[in-house]
Amino acid sequence: MPDNIPADSVGIVVPQVAHFDQALSLSCGTELAQYDLIYETYGSLNAERSNAILICHALSGDHHAAGYHAMDDKKPGWWDNAIGPGKPIDTSRFYVICLNNLGGCGGSTGPTTVNPETNQVWGADFPIVTVEDWVESQARLADKLGIDTFAAIVGGSLGGMQVLQWSIRYPERLKSAVIIASAPKLSTQNIAFNEVARQSISRDPEFHQGDYHAKQTLPRNGLGLARMLGHITYLSTDSLGEKFGRTMRHDEYQYNYDIDFEVESYLRYQGEAFTKRFDANTYMLMTKALDYFDPAAKADGDLSKVLSVAKCDFLLVSFSTDWRFSPERSEEIVDALVKAGKHVSYARVEASQGHDAFLFPLPRYMAALTGFLNRTHNKLLASTNKGAN
Amino acid sequence: MRADLDIINEWVQPKSRVLDLGCGEGELLSHIIGNKEVQGYGLEIDAAHINQCIENGVPVLEHDLDKGLDNFDNESFDLVVMTHALQQFRRPDLLLDEMLRVGKECIITFPNFGHWRNRIHLGLKGHMPVSEFLPYNWYDTPNIHFCTFKDFETLCQEKGIKILRSAAVDGQLRDRWWIKAMPNLFSETAIFHVSR
Repeated sequence: MPDNIPADSVGIVVPQVAHFDQALSLSCGTELAQYDLIYETYGSLNAERSNAILICHALSGDHHAAGYHAMDDKKPGWWDNAIGPGKPIDTSRFYVICLNNLGGCGGSTGPTTVNPETNQVWGADFPIVTVEDWVESQARLADKLGIDTFAAIVGGSLGGMQVLQWSIRYPERLKSAVIIASAPKLSTQNIAFNEVARQSISRDPEFHQGDYHAKQTLPRNGLGLARMLGHITYLSTDSLGEKFGRTMRHDEYQYNYDIDFEVESYLRYQGEAFTKRFDANTYMLMTKALDYFDPAAKADGDLSKVLSVAKCDFLLVSFSTDWRFSPERSEEIVDALVKAGKHVSYARVEASQGHDAFLFPLPRYMAALTGFLNRTHNKLLASTNKGAN
Repeated sequence: MRADLDIINEWVQPKSRVLDLGCGEGELLSHIIGNKEVQGYGLEIDAAHINQCIENGVPVLEHDLDKGLDNFDNESFDLVVMTHALQQFRRPDLLLDEMLRVGKECIITFPNFGHWRNRIHLGLKGHMPVSEFLPYNWYDTPNIHFCTFKDFETLCQEKGIKILRSAAVDGQLRDRWWIKAMPNLFSETAIFHVSR
């Protein structure tokens, strides 16, 4: 709980909801007749409507990227250390938008909301949406907010995939792209991890093929397990080791299957806490969206060909100990961009935190982000001045 | 701009695709991107330099050159440049091969160890040269493979590398007759433009 709002915070924020009546055709072949997107904005849009930055969230993120909803919030938004006045994504210069993606459970239309056609909670009937579908829906939100071109679109992990898709699908609509700890497609190992996560949810007897809402229950064990597994893959061997080592709960082994090691307790807590804030169907759907993303497939695996249409400047960042989205995966994107002759810079940041590093305010990472967005801002000013002359 | 960079700037073809190995803060690249409309990328390993390039809008890729250039296709660049860095690598000869695989042409600059001041240092004083230009001690220098103007010519000959042109500069001086006549003795920096 903040006793008072820090000077570099965006402060108290109020989410807004945009309703869309125009049907959205989805990759899976069906369409959503209508839907809501919940979003937050920080900073103010300039007169030219040119200073907007879109933040794309990752698997378990939502629209609440920065600031507080109330003075008694325990924590600020998920990327508060990068978004705010004077921070790398500087809200005194930029108008920052973050939305909860379709299929999410933060307030946008998804498995936990009511299907207006049936008046029932969507549950398992909610169609699987893809990164392409998300970008489509984000573009419609931009239309609604009167934003033709983003100064930048920024995202980490699954969020980075959305940024990449934006640069391919709407090259005219963004000036710069920041892709952090991401990949052009999942590795086999990543898909395998996702499958174990999904299986642990779907094999929970309380899952009921996804219709647990109707049965007034929740697949807590399955979702908790999925999160425990995911959590391990987001941390590095070293960071987990440094945090817990072999620290034990009791002085000696218990010779039973309760908690011996602190890391067990930590994982159980993480799993448990996650089930209180996240929906199992959304988790299933988000992992599928990750699995399906492969923009290069359209060009026989030639990513540089697909990226040839891109017009924005790119910044890519990876983290040395990230093994879920390793630096080599970011470098695949970098190599393709170089081959396609695009303006790209790349930083491989030394970090001990594994994949989670993208949420930490690491000085070098923050400096790269600041430098890149400073330049974005300067170019914006230059083109505004040019327009005025 | 440094005298060697000035010469490279003159040699670069407008609108070509250039890869600068060890680009530092991107001084050369930002110059030739602006003046010659080249499509340029720098490879760098120093975090502070990388951030400076990003801030300056010079495309820079974090890359450990000791691991080679495997990720770049054959002849994917018109020109590969390396200024004052060749002598810092474990196998300059292999790196040179790699540069000539990735680039159609290469420009390399390096400190000429045959410069008269170095000869005096070593020959008369009996110490490894330490100067404003080469400020390191033998034990902490990143320059592990010093060579002379002549040595490089020999290497090119042995490898069948064509020397398209060369130049020699002494501090900010260039094009002086004595440097041109005896580059191995009078050039502080050697500059070679080569191809296969």
